[in-house]
Amino acid sequence: MGATYLRSEVLRSFRNRRFLILSLAFPVVLYLTITGPNRHHSFDGVAFALYFMMGMAALGTMSSVISSGAVIAADRSGGWTRQMRITPLTTRSYFGAKVVCGYLRALLTIALLCLAGTAFGVRLSAVEWLTVLGLLLVGLVPFAVLGIVLGHVLSADSFAAAMGGIVTLFSLLGGVYAFQLATSGPLFQIMRALPSYWLVQAGKAAVGGGGWPAEGWIVIAAWTVVLTPLAVLVYRRDTNRV
Amino acid sequence: MSLTTRHRSADPTSAVVVERLTKHYGSVTAVDDVSFEVPEGQLLALLGPNGAGKSTTIDMVLGLARPDAGRVSLFGGSPAEAVSAGLVGGMLQTGSLVEYLSVRELVTMVASLYPHPLPVSEVLELSGTAAFADRRTNKLSGGQTQRVRFAIALVADSDLLLLDEPTAALDVESRREFWESMRAIAARGKTVIFATHYLEEADAYADRIVLLARGRIVADGSTTEIKAKVGGRTIRATLPDAGLAQLAVLTGVTTVDRQGDTVTLNCADSDLALRGLLDRFPAVHDIEIRGAGIEEAFIALTADDTTAERQEI
Repeated sequence: MGATYLRSEVLRSFRNRRFLILSLAFPVVLYLTITGPNRHHSFDGVAFALYFMMGMAALGTMSSVISSGAVIAADRSGGWTRQMRITPLTTRSYFGAKVVCGYLRALLTIALLCLAGTAFGVRLSAVEWLTVLGLLLVGLVPFAVLGIVLGHVLSADSFAAAMGGIVTLFSLLGGVYAFQLATSGPLFQIMRALPSYWLVQAGKAAVGGGGWPAEGWIVIAAWTVVLTPLAVLVYRRDTNRV
Repeated sequence: MSLTTRHRSADPTSAVVVERLTKHYGSVTAVDDVSFEVPEGQLLALLGPNGAGKSTTIDMVLGLARPDAGRVSLFGGSPAEAVSAGLVGGMLQTGSLVEYLSVRELVTMVASLYPHPLPVSEVLELSGTAAFADRRTNKLSGGQTQRVRFAIALVADSDLLLLDEPTAALDVESRREFWESMRAIAARGKTVIFATHYLEEADAYADRIVLLARGRIVADGSTTEIKAKVGGRTIRATLPDAGLAQLAVLTGVTTVDRQGDTVTLNCADSDLALRGLLDRFPAVHDIEIRGAGIEEAFIALTADDTTAERQEI
Protein backbone atom coordinates (compact mmCIF):
# COMPACT_ATOMS: atom_id res chain seq x y z
CA MET A 1 0.00 0.00 0.00
CA GLY A 2 1.35 3.42 -0.95
CA ALA A 3 2.42 5.63 1.96
CA THR A 4 0.86 8.70 0.34
CA TYR A 5 -2.47 6.99 -0.05
CA LEU A 6 -2.44 5.72 3.52
CA ARG A 7 -1.43 9.14 4.80
CA SER A 8 -4.34 10.82 3.05
CA GLU A 9 -6.81 8.32 4.50
CA VAL A 10 -5.36 8.85 7.99
CA LEU A 11 -5.55 12.64 7.57
CA ARG A 12 -9.12 12.35 6.45
CA SER A 13 -9.98 10.11 9.39
CA PHE A 14 -8.33 12.25 12.04
CA ARG A 15 -9.44 15.63 10.66
CA ASN A 16 -13.05 14.79 11.35
CA ARG A 17 -12.50 16.29 14.80
CA ARG A 18 -16.05 16.33 16.03
CA PHE A 19 -16.49 12.63 15.28
CA LEU A 20 -13.07 11.72 16.66
CA ILE A 21 -13.43 13.64 19.92
CA LEU A 22 -16.96 12.40 20.58
CA SER A 23 -16.06 8.78 19.87
CA LEU A 24 -12.97 9.01 22.11
CA ALA A 25 -14.66 10.94 24.90
CA PHE A 26 -17.74 8.77 25.30
CA PRO A 27 -16.13 5.59 26.74
CA VAL A 28 -13.56 7.58 28.74
CA VAL A 29 -16.15 9.83 30.39
CA LEU A 30 -18.35 6.82 31.10
CA TYR A 31 -15.36 5.03 32.64
CA LEU A 32 -14.38 7.93 34.86
CA THR A 33 -17.90 8.58 36.17
CA ILE A 34 -18.86 4.96 36.84
CA THR A 35 -15.52 3.63 38.11
CA GLY A 36 -15.22 6.41 40.72
CA PRO A 37 -17.91 5.12 43.13
CA ASN A 38 -17.14 1.46 42.32
CA ARG A 39 -13.37 1.51 42.46
CA HIS A 40 -13.10 -0.71 45.56
CA HIS A 41 -15.45 -3.36 44.21
CA SER A 42 -14.60 -6.37 42.17
CA PHE A 43 -16.61 -7.83 39.31
CA ASP A 44 -16.46 -11.16 37.48
CA GLY A 45 -13.47 -12.15 39.61
CA VAL A 46 -11.30 -9.09 38.88
CA ALA A 47 -11.10 -5.51 40.18
CA PHE A 48 -13.99 -3.39 38.89
CA ALA A 49 -11.52 -0.78 37.61
CA LEU A 50 -9.87 -3.42 35.39
CA TYR A 51 -13.11 -5.06 34.28
CA PHE A 52 -14.79 -1.79 33.36
CA MET A 53 -11.61 -0.50 31.70
CA MET A 54 -11.84 -3.47 29.36
CA GLY A 55 -15.57 -2.99 28.95
CA MET A 56 -15.16 0.60 27.86
CA ALA A 57 -12.14 -0.30 25.71
CA ALA A 58 -14.30 -2.91 23.98
CA LEU A 59 -17.08 -0.36 23.44
CA GLY A 60 -14.75 2.35 22.11
CA THR A 61 -12.65 0.10 19.89
CA MET A 62 -15.64 -1.74 18.40
CA SER A 63 -17.01 1.67 17.35
CA SER A 64 -13.58 2.73 16.07
CA VAL A 65 -13.11 -0.16 13.69
CA ILE A 66 -16.75 -0.49 12.60
CA SER A 67 -16.87 3.21 11.75
CA SER A 68 -14.35 2.60 8.96
CA GLY A 69 -17.45 1.34 7.19
CA ALA A 70 -18.97 4.81 7.47
CA VAL A 71 -16.15 6.15 5.28
CA ILE A 72 -16.72 3.34 2.78
CA ALA A 73 -20.46 4.14 2.73
CA ALA A 74 -19.68 7.83 2.21
CA ASP A 75 -17.29 7.01 -0.66
CA ARG A 76 -19.97 4.87 -2.25
CA SER A 77 -22.83 7.33 -1.77
CA GLY A 78 -20.81 10.24 -3.12
CA GLY A 79 -19.46 8.36 -6.14
CA TRP A 80 -15.83 8.55 -5.03
CA THR A 81 -15.62 4.74 -5.10
CA ARG A 82 -16.17 4.85 -8.85
CA GLN A 83 -13.36 7.38 -9.25
CA MET A 84 -11.02 5.16 -7.21
CA ARG A 85 -11.96 2.11 -9.23
CA ILE A 86 -10.57 3.68 -12.41
CA THR A 87 -7.17 4.20 -10.77
CA PRO A 88 -4.58 1.42 -10.30
CA LEU A 89 -5.38 1.36 -6.57
CA THR A 90 -6.07 -2.24 -5.58
CA THR A 91 -9.15 -3.26 -3.64
CA ARG A 92 -6.85 -4.69 -0.98
CA SER A 93 -5.12 -1.32 -0.48
CA TYR A 94 -8.40 0.57 -0.44
CA PHE A 95 -9.86 -1.61 2.33
CA GLY A 96 -6.47 -1.99 4.02
CA ALA A 97 -6.20 1.76 4.52
CA LYS A 98 -9.71 1.97 5.98
CA VAL A 99 -8.94 -0.82 8.44
CA VAL A 100 -5.62 0.77 9.43
CA CYS A 101 -7.45 4.05 10.18
CA GLY A 102 -9.97 2.15 12.32
CA TYR A 103 -7.17 0.47 14.24
CA LEU A 104 -5.36 3.78 14.78
CA ARG A 105 -8.49 5.25 16.31
CA ALA A 106 -8.83 2.06 18.39
CA LEU A 107 -5.24 2.42 19.66
CA LEU A 108 -5.98 5.96 20.76
CA THR A 109 -9.05 4.76 22.67
CA ILE A 110 -7.06 1.97 24.31
CA ALA A 111 -4.28 4.36 25.34
CA LEU A 112 -6.74 6.80 26.94
CA LEU A 113 -8.56 4.06 28.82
CA CYS A 114 -5.35 2.45 30.04
CA LEU A 115 -4.31 5.84 31.42
CA ALA A 116 -7.69 6.25 33.07
CA GLY A 117 -7.47 2.69 34.43
CA THR A 118 -4.05 3.38 35.88
CA ALA A 119 -5.47 6.45 37.59
CA PHE A 120 -8.03 4.17 39.29
CA GLY A 121 -5.39 1.73 40.50
CA VAL A 122 -5.18 -0.81 37.67
CA ARG A 123 -1.67 -2.25 37.93
CA LEU A 124 -0.47 -4.68 35.31
CA SER A 125 3.01 -5.84 34.37
CA ALA A 126 4.44 -4.88 30.97
CA VAL A 127 3.72 -8.39 29.69
CA GLU A 128 0.12 -8.16 30.91
CA TRP A 129 -0.40 -4.75 29.28
CA LEU A 130 1.00 -6.09 26.01
CA THR A 131 -1.23 -9.15 26.27
CA VAL A 132 -4.28 -6.94 26.79
CA LEU A 133 -3.29 -4.91 23.74
CA GLY A 134 -2.60 -7.96 21.62
CA LEU A 135 -5.86 -9.67 22.52
CA LEU A 136 -7.84 -6.50 21.80
CA LEU A 137 -6.22 -6.06 18.40
CA VAL A 138 -6.95 -9.67 17.45
CA GLY A 139 -10.45 -9.55 18.91
CA LEU A 140 -11.26 -6.50 16.76
CA VAL A 141 -10.64 -8.31 13.47
CA PRO A 142 -14.25 -9.54 13.06
CA PHE A 143 -15.52 -6.03 13.83
CA ALA A 144 -13.25 -4.53 11.18
CA VAL A 145 -14.68 -6.99 8.66
CA LEU A 146 -18.19 -6.19 9.92
CA GLY A 147 -17.48 -2.52 9.23
CA ILE A 148 -16.61 -3.34 5.62
CA VAL A 149 -19.83 -5.37 5.27
CA LEU A 150 -21.96 -2.57 6.73
CA GLY A 151 -20.18 0.00 4.56
CA HIS A 152 -21.53 -1.82 1.51
CA VAL A 153 -25.08 -2.52 2.64
CA LEU A 154 -25.86 0.79 4.34
CA SER A 155 -26.02 4.31 2.96
CA ALA A 156 -23.93 7.08 4.48
CA ASP A 157 -27.10 8.50 6.05
CA SER A 158 -28.24 5.34 7.80
CA PHE A 159 -24.80 4.17 8.90
CA ALA A 160 -24.57 5.99 12.23
CA ALA A 161 -27.97 4.80 13.42
CA ALA A 162 -27.36 1.20 12.38
CA MET A 163 -23.90 1.19 13.94
CA GLY A 164 -25.29 2.58 17.20
CA GLY A 165 -27.78 -0.27 17.42
CA ILE A 166 -25.28 -2.96 16.52
CA VAL A 167 -22.61 -1.73 18.94
CA THR A 168 -25.19 -1.46 21.74
CA LEU A 169 -26.35 -5.03 21.15
CA PHE A 170 -22.79 -6.41 21.10
CA SER A 171 -21.99 -4.32 24.19
CA LEU A 172 -24.96 -5.40 26.29
CA LEU A 173 -24.55 -9.07 25.45
CA GLY A 174 -20.77 -8.90 25.68
CA GLY A 175 -20.85 -7.63 29.26
CA VAL A 176 -19.37 -4.23 28.39
CA TYR A 177 -21.50 -2.38 30.96
CA ALA A 178 -20.46 -4.57 33.90
CA PHE A 179 -23.75 -6.07 34.81
CA GLN A 180 -24.52 -9.75 34.73
CA LEU A 181 -27.21 -10.62 32.20
CA ALA A 182 -26.66 -14.31 32.85
CA THR A 183 -24.02 -16.53 34.40
CA SER A 184 -25.35 -19.79 33.04
CA GLY A 185 -27.99 -21.09 30.67
CA PRO A 186 -28.66 -20.47 26.99
CA LEU A 187 -28.30 -16.65 27.19
CA PHE A 188 -24.88 -17.09 28.73
CA GLN A 189 -23.95 -19.45 25.90
CA ILE A 190 -25.05 -16.81 23.38
CA MET A 191 -22.99 -14.16 25.19
CA ARG A 192 -19.91 -16.39 25.10
CA ALA A 193 -20.37 -16.88 21.36
CA LEU A 194 -19.95 -13.13 20.70
CA PRO A 195 -16.57 -11.57 19.91
CA SER A 196 -17.44 -8.57 22.12
CA TYR A 197 -17.59 -10.90 25.16
CA TRP A 198 -14.02 -11.95 24.52
CA LEU A 199 -12.86 -8.36 24.03
CA VAL A 200 -14.11 -7.64 27.56
CA GLN A 201 -12.59 -10.88 28.86
CA ALA A 202 -9.17 -9.89 27.45
CA GLY A 203 -8.38 -8.09 30.75
CA LYS A 204 -9.14 -11.05 32.93
CA ALA A 205 -7.35 -13.37 30.51
CA ALA A 206 -4.22 -11.21 30.53
CA VAL A 207 -3.83 -11.18 34.30
CA GLY A 208 -0.94 -13.51 35.02
CA GLY A 209 0.16 -13.30 31.38
CA GLY A 210 -2.23 -15.84 29.91
CA GLY A 211 -4.56 -15.47 26.97
CA TRP A 212 -8.10 -16.47 26.12
CA PRO A 213 -9.13 -20.08 26.60
CA ALA A 214 -9.48 -22.02 23.34
CA GLU A 215 -13.17 -21.05 23.24
CA GLY A 216 -12.28 -17.37 22.90
CA TRP A 217 -9.92 -17.93 20.00
CA ILE A 218 -12.49 -20.15 18.27
CA VAL A 219 -15.24 -17.51 18.60
CA ILE A 220 -13.02 -14.75 17.16
CA ALA A 221 -11.85 -17.00 14.34
CA ALA A 222 -15.36 -18.23 13.55
CA TRP A 223 -16.81 -14.71 13.29
CA THR A 224 -13.93 -13.69 11.05
CA VAL A 225 -14.32 -16.76 8.85
CA VAL A 226 -18.07 -16.18 8.47
CA LEU A 227 -17.92 -12.42 7.91
CA THR A 228 -15.03 -12.35 5.42
CA PRO A 229 -16.82 -14.12 2.54
CA LEU A 230 -19.84 -11.96 3.30
CA ALA A 231 -17.66 -8.85 2.86
CA VAL A 232 -16.37 -10.22 -0.44
CA LEU A 233 -19.95 -10.96 -1.52
CA VAL A 234 -21.34 -7.49 -0.75
CA TYR A 235 -18.31 -5.89 -2.38
CA ARG A 236 -18.83 -7.92 -5.57
CA ARG A 237 -22.55 -7.18 -5.61
CA ASP A 238 -21.78 -3.48 -5.20
CA THR A 239 -19.28 -3.34 -8.07
CA ASN A 240 -21.56 -5.29 -10.40
CA ARG A 241 -24.56 -3.13 -9.73
CA VAL A 242 -23.12 0.12 -11.03
CA MET B 1 -1.17 -9.37 -14.78
CA SER B 2 -0.21 -5.73 -14.95
CA LEU B 3 0.56 -4.29 -18.33
CA THR B 4 3.98 -2.82 -17.80
CA THR B 5 4.56 -2.89 -21.49
CA ARG B 6 1.54 -2.33 -23.63
CA HIS B 7 -0.18 -5.28 -25.17
CA ARG B 8 -0.84 -4.34 -28.74
CA SER B 9 -3.92 -5.40 -30.62
CA ALA B 10 -3.82 -6.61 -34.19
CA ASP B 11 -4.19 -3.01 -35.25
CA PRO B 12 -1.29 -1.43 -33.42
CA THR B 13 -2.69 2.08 -33.57
CA SER B 14 -6.00 1.45 -31.78
CA ALA B 15 -6.22 2.72 -28.23
CA VAL B 16 -9.85 1.72 -27.82
CA VAL B 17 -11.87 -0.95 -29.57
CA VAL B 18 -15.57 -1.15 -28.77
CA GLU B 19 -17.41 -4.04 -30.37
CA ARG B 20 -21.19 -4.44 -30.47
CA LEU B 21 -21.63 -3.08 -26.96
CA THR B 22 -25.10 -3.47 -25.44
CA LYS B 23 -26.40 -2.62 -21.98
CA HIS B 24 -29.93 -2.85 -20.60
CA TYR B 25 -31.26 -1.33 -17.40
CA GLY B 26 -34.49 -3.18 -16.78
CA SER B 27 -36.58 -2.79 -19.91
CA VAL B 28 -34.57 0.21 -21.10
CA THR B 29 -31.79 -0.41 -23.60
CA ALA B 30 -29.24 2.22 -22.60
CA VAL B 31 -26.64 1.21 -25.18
CA ASP B 32 -27.64 -0.73 -28.26
CA ASP B 33 -25.07 -2.48 -30.45
CA VAL B 34 -22.46 0.28 -30.35
CA SER B 35 -19.13 -0.26 -32.12
CA PHE B 36 -16.26 2.13 -32.70
CA GLU B 37 -12.50 2.17 -32.74
CA VAL B 38 -10.33 5.02 -31.55
CA PRO B 39 -6.80 5.31 -32.95
CA GLU B 40 -4.09 6.48 -30.56
CA GLY B 41 -3.83 10.24 -30.35
CA GLN B 42 -7.39 10.93 -31.50
CA LEU B 43 -9.70 13.37 -29.75
CA LEU B 44 -13.12 11.80 -30.02
CA ALA B 45 -16.42 13.38 -29.00
CA LEU B 46 -19.37 11.24 -27.98
CA LEU B 47 -22.13 13.64 -28.91
CA GLY B 48 -25.76 13.17 -28.08
CA PRO B 49 -28.73 14.51 -26.14
CA ASN B 50 -29.32 13.49 -22.51
CA GLY B 51 -30.18 9.82 -22.22
CA ALA B 52 -28.40 8.92 -25.45
CA GLY B 53 -26.18 6.39 -23.69
CA LYS B 54 -22.97 8.42 -23.50
CA SER B 55 -22.31 7.90 -19.79
CA THR B 56 -23.18 4.21 -19.95
CA THR B 57 -20.79 3.78 -22.87
CA ILE B 58 -18.02 5.56 -20.95
CA ASP B 59 -18.72 3.42 -17.87
CA MET B 60 -18.33 0.27 -19.92
CA VAL B 61 -15.14 1.49 -21.58
CA LEU B 62 -13.73 2.19 -18.10
CA GLY B 63 -14.89 -1.18 -16.78
CA LEU B 64 -17.27 0.46 -14.28
CA ALA B 65 -20.27 -1.23 -15.88
CA ARG B 66 -20.37 -4.71 -17.32
CA PRO B 67 -21.80 -4.94 -20.84
CA ASP B 68 -24.69 -7.35 -21.40
CA ALA B 69 -23.20 -8.09 -24.79
CA GLY B 70 -20.15 -6.96 -26.70
CA ARG B 71 -16.58 -6.29 -25.79
CA VAL B 72 -14.23 -3.44 -24.90
CA SER B 73 -10.51 -3.59 -25.45
CA LEU B 74 -8.08 -0.90 -24.29
CA PHE B 75 -4.57 -1.06 -25.75
CA GLY B 76 -5.22 -4.71 -26.54
CA GLY B 77 -6.20 -5.69 -22.99
CA SER B 78 -9.32 -5.62 -20.87
CA PRO B 79 -10.42 -2.38 -19.18
CA ALA B 80 -9.43 -3.85 -15.79
CA GLU B 81 -5.91 -4.61 -17.05
CA ALA B 82 -5.53 -1.14 -18.56
CA VAL B 83 -6.81 0.49 -15.36
CA SER B 84 -4.46 -1.46 -13.10
CA ALA B 85 -1.53 -0.62 -15.40
CA GLY B 86 -2.37 3.08 -15.01
CA LEU B 87 -3.07 3.55 -18.72
CA VAL B 88 -6.46 5.15 -18.08
CA GLY B 89 -7.54 8.39 -16.48
CA GLY B 90 -11.09 9.53 -16.15
CA MET B 91 -13.32 12.37 -15.18
CA LEU B 92 -16.75 11.10 -14.19
CA GLN B 93 -19.90 13.12 -14.42
CA THR B 94 -20.93 12.71 -10.82
CA GLY B 95 -18.92 12.12 -7.73
CA SER B 96 -18.12 14.06 -4.63
CA LEU B 97 -14.49 14.61 -3.70
CA VAL B 98 -12.90 13.32 -0.50
CA GLU B 99 -13.79 15.54 2.43
CA TYR B 100 -11.22 16.79 4.94
CA LEU B 101 -8.47 16.97 2.32
CA SER B 102 -7.18 20.02 0.51
CA VAL B 103 -7.20 20.11 -3.27
CA ARG B 104 -3.41 19.70 -3.31
CA GLU B 105 -3.51 16.75 -0.91
CA LEU B 106 -6.19 15.07 -2.96
CA VAL B 107 -4.38 15.51 -6.28
CA THR B 108 -1.13 14.34 -4.66
CA MET B 109 -2.88 11.24 -3.35
CA VAL B 110 -4.27 10.35 -6.77
CA ALA B 111 -0.87 11.02 -8.36
CA SER B 112 0.72 8.52 -5.96
CA LEU B 113 -1.49 5.75 -7.36
CA TYR B 114 -0.09 6.00 -10.88
CA PRO B 115 3.26 4.77 -12.19
CA HIS B 116 4.28 7.96 -14.02
CA PRO B 117 2.20 10.90 -12.80
CA LEU B 118 2.66 14.49 -13.89
CA PRO B 119 4.16 16.84 -11.29
CA VAL B 120 1.31 17.98 -9.02
CA SER B 121 2.22 21.67 -9.24
CA GLU B 122 2.07 21.52 -13.04
CA VAL B 123 -1.36 19.87 -12.93
CA LEU B 124 -2.68 22.45 -10.49
CA GLU B 125 -1.63 25.18 -12.95
CA LEU B 126 -2.95 23.37 -15.99
CA SER B 127 -6.32 22.61 -14.44
CA GLY B 128 -6.77 26.10 -13.04
CA THR B 129 -6.90 24.85 -9.45
CA ALA B 130 -3.64 26.42 -8.20
CA ALA B 131 -5.46 29.47 -6.83
CA PHE B 132 -7.46 27.36 -4.36
CA ALA B 133 -5.09 24.38 -4.00
CA ASP B 134 -4.91 24.67 -0.21
CA ARG B 135 -8.63 24.90 0.29
CA ARG B 136 -10.56 21.89 1.61
CA THR B 137 -12.58 20.12 -1.06
CA ASN B 138 -15.89 20.70 0.75
CA LYS B 139 -15.40 24.49 0.51
CA LEU B 140 -15.42 24.66 -3.29
CA SER B 141 -17.98 25.96 -5.77
CA GLY B 142 -19.46 23.70 -8.43
CA GLY B 143 -17.12 25.02 -11.10
CA GLN B 144 -14.08 24.65 -8.83
CA THR B 145 -15.08 21.07 -7.99
CA GLN B 146 -15.31 20.33 -11.70
CA ARG B 147 -11.76 21.67 -12.20
CA VAL B 148 -10.50 19.48 -9.37
CA ARG B 149 -12.08 16.47 -11.07
CA PHE B 150 -10.21 17.50 -14.20
CA ALA B 151 -6.96 17.78 -12.22
CA ILE B 152 -7.50 14.26 -10.88
CA ALA B 153 -7.95 12.94 -14.41
CA LEU B 154 -4.91 14.85 -15.68
CA VAL B 155 -2.38 14.00 -13.00
CA ALA B 156 -2.39 10.34 -14.05
CA ASP B 157 -0.74 11.36 -17.33
CA SER B 158 -2.40 8.25 -18.72
CA ASP B 159 -2.40 7.37 -22.41
CA LEU B 160 -6.19 7.35 -22.52
CA LEU B 161 -8.40 9.98 -20.96
CA LEU B 162 -12.18 9.68 -20.68
CA LEU B 163 -14.14 12.78 -19.77
CA ASP B 164 -17.86 12.59 -19.10
CA GLU B 165 -19.47 16.00 -19.69
CA PRO B 166 -16.28 17.73 -18.58
CA THR B 167 -17.58 21.28 -18.95
CA ALA B 168 -20.87 20.84 -17.12
CA ALA B 169 -21.06 23.40 -14.28
CA LEU B 170 -18.47 25.62 -15.99
CA ASP B 171 -19.24 29.13 -17.20
CA VAL B 172 -18.32 30.25 -20.71
CA GLU B 173 -14.91 31.65 -19.75
CA SER B 174 -13.96 28.57 -17.70
CA ARG B 175 -15.14 26.41 -20.54
CA ARG B 176 -12.73 28.14 -22.94
CA GLU B 177 -9.87 27.78 -20.45
CA PHE B 178 -10.73 24.14 -19.95
CA TRP B 179 -10.47 23.39 -23.64
CA GLU B 180 -7.18 25.28 -23.87
CA SER B 181 -5.76 22.95 -21.22
CA MET B 182 -7.30 20.00 -22.99
CA ARG B 183 -5.59 20.95 -26.24
CA ALA B 184 -2.27 21.08 -24.44
CA ILE B 185 -2.90 17.53 -23.22
CA ALA B 186 -3.97 16.26 -26.62
CA ALA B 187 -0.80 17.78 -28.07
CA ARG B 188 1.18 15.27 -25.98
CA GLY B 189 -0.31 12.50 -28.11
CA LYS B 190 -2.89 11.31 -25.60
CA THR B 191 -6.07 9.63 -26.73
CA VAL B 192 -9.08 11.53 -25.43
CA ILE B 193 -12.76 10.58 -25.46
CA PHE B 194 -15.21 13.14 -24.14
CA ALA B 195 -18.96 13.10 -23.85
CA THR B 196 -20.90 16.25 -24.52
CA HIS B 197 -24.32 17.43 -25.61
CA TYR B 198 -22.92 20.66 -27.08
CA LEU B 199 -22.43 20.42 -30.83
CA GLU B 200 -20.21 23.52 -30.79
CA GLU B 201 -17.90 21.90 -28.27
CA ALA B 202 -17.60 18.69 -30.25
CA ASP B 203 -17.10 20.73 -33.41
CA ALA B 204 -14.43 23.01 -32.01
CA TYR B 205 -12.30 20.46 -30.19
CA ALA B 206 -12.82 16.93 -31.52
CA ASP B 207 -11.09 15.26 -34.47
CA ARG B 208 -14.08 13.01 -34.84
CA ILE B 209 -17.63 12.78 -33.57
CA VAL B 210 -19.63 9.69 -32.74
CA LEU B 211 -23.24 10.79 -32.59
CA LEU B 212 -25.41 8.77 -30.22
CA ALA B 213 -29.16 8.84 -29.85
CA ARG B 214 -31.29 6.44 -27.83
CA GLY B 215 -28.34 4.15 -27.27
CA ARG B 216 -27.37 3.83 -30.91
CA ILE B 217 -24.74 5.34 -33.12
CA VAL B 218 -26.57 7.46 -35.67
CA ALA B 219 -23.51 8.98 -37.24
CA ASP B 220 -19.76 8.61 -37.01
CA GLY B 221 -17.36 10.83 -38.87
CA SER B 222 -15.19 13.89 -38.98
CA THR B 223 -16.58 17.07 -37.49
CA THR B 224 -17.25 18.59 -40.92
CA GLU B 225 -19.21 15.55 -42.00
CA ILE B 226 -21.27 15.49 -38.84
CA LYS B 227 -21.90 19.18 -38.97
CA ALA B 228 -23.24 18.85 -42.48
CA LYS B 229 -25.54 16.17 -41.20
CA VAL B 230 -26.85 17.60 -37.97
CA GLY B 231 -26.08 21.27 -38.49
CA GLY B 232 -27.73 21.32 -41.93
CA ARG B 233 -30.13 24.04 -43.03
CA THR B 234 -33.79 23.95 -43.89
CA ILE B 235 -35.33 25.57 -46.97
CA ARG B 236 -39.02 26.41 -46.80
CA ALA B 237 -40.80 27.70 -49.85
CA THR B 238 -44.21 27.91 -51.50
CA LEU B 239 -44.35 25.48 -54.40
CA PRO B 240 -47.80 24.02 -55.15
CA ASP B 241 -47.08 21.86 -58.19
CA ALA B 242 -43.93 19.85 -57.44
CA GLY B 243 -43.83 16.20 -56.44
CA LEU B 244 -41.93 15.33 -53.30
CA ALA B 245 -39.93 12.70 -55.16
CA GLN B 246 -38.67 15.31 -57.65
CA LEU B 247 -37.56 17.55 -54.78
CA ALA B 248 -35.89 14.75 -52.87
CA VAL B 249 -33.45 14.01 -55.68
CA LEU B 250 -32.08 17.57 -55.73
CA THR B 251 -28.38 17.69 -54.84
CA GLY B 252 -27.83 18.71 -51.22
CA VAL B 253 -31.30 17.71 -50.05
CA THR B 254 -31.66 14.95 -47.46
CA THR B 255 -35.39 14.81 -46.75
CA VAL B 256 -38.50 16.68 -47.92
CA ASP B 257 -41.90 17.36 -46.46
CA ARG B 258 -45.08 19.14 -47.61
CA GLN B 259 -47.83 20.94 -45.75
CA GLY B 260 -50.38 22.36 -48.16
CA ASP B 261 -48.53 24.55 -50.65
CA THR B 262 -45.46 24.82 -48.46
CA VAL B 263 -42.56 22.44 -48.93
CA THR B 264 -39.74 21.93 -46.45
CA LEU B 265 -36.35 20.70 -47.66
CA ASN B 266 -33.87 19.52 -45.05
CA CYS B 267 -30.47 20.03 -46.57
CA ALA B 268 -26.94 18.88 -45.99
CA ASP B 269 -25.83 21.63 -48.39
CA SER B 270 -28.45 24.34 -48.72
CA ASP B 271 -26.45 26.33 -51.29
CA LEU B 272 -26.48 23.48 -53.80
CA ALA B 273 -30.06 22.63 -52.98
CA LEU B 274 -31.20 26.20 -53.55
CA ARG B 275 -29.45 26.43 -56.93
CA GLY B 276 -31.09 23.19 -58.01
CA LEU B 277 -34.47 24.29 -56.69
CA LEU B 278 -34.46 27.63 -58.56
CA ASP B 279 -33.16 25.93 -61.67
CA ARG B 280 -35.74 23.15 -61.80
CA PHE B 281 -38.74 24.97 -60.31
CA PRO B 282 -38.75 28.61 -61.46
CA ALA B 283 -42.23 29.04 -59.94
CA VAL B 284 -40.89 28.66 -56.40
CA HIS B 285 -41.41 31.72 -54.18
CA ASP B 286 -41.38 32.96 -50.57
CA ILE B 287 -38.07 31.17 -50.00
CA GLU B 288 -36.87 31.01 -46.41
CA ILE B 289 -33.58 29.44 -45.28
CA ARG B 290 -32.74 28.74 -41.68
CA GLY B 291 -30.20 26.72 -39.75
CA ALA B 292 -31.55 23.70 -37.93
CA GLY B 293 -31.10 23.63 -34.18
CA ILE B 294 -29.10 20.81 -32.70
CA GLU B 295 -32.11 19.36 -30.93
CA GLU B 296 -34.11 19.40 -34.19
CA ALA B 297 -31.19 17.77 -35.91
CA PHE B 298 -31.02 15.03 -33.28
CA ILE B 299 -34.72 14.47 -33.68
CA ALA B 300 -34.40 14.43 -37.46
CA LEU B 301 -31.60 11.90 -37.30
CA THR B 302 -33.39 9.60 -34.92
CA ALA B 303 -37.08 10.26 -35.59
CA ASP B 304 -37.79 7.08 -37.49
CA ASP B 305 -36.60 3.92 -35.83
CA THR B 306 -36.37 2.13 -39.16
CA THR B 307 -33.95 4.72 -40.47
CA ALA B 308 -32.07 5.02 -37.20
CA GLU B 309 -29.75 2.28 -38.31
CA ARG B 310 -26.20 3.44 -38.44
CA GLN B 311 -25.84 5.73 -41.43
CA GLU B 312 -22.48 5.58 -43.10
CA ILE B 313 -21.34 8.96 -44.27
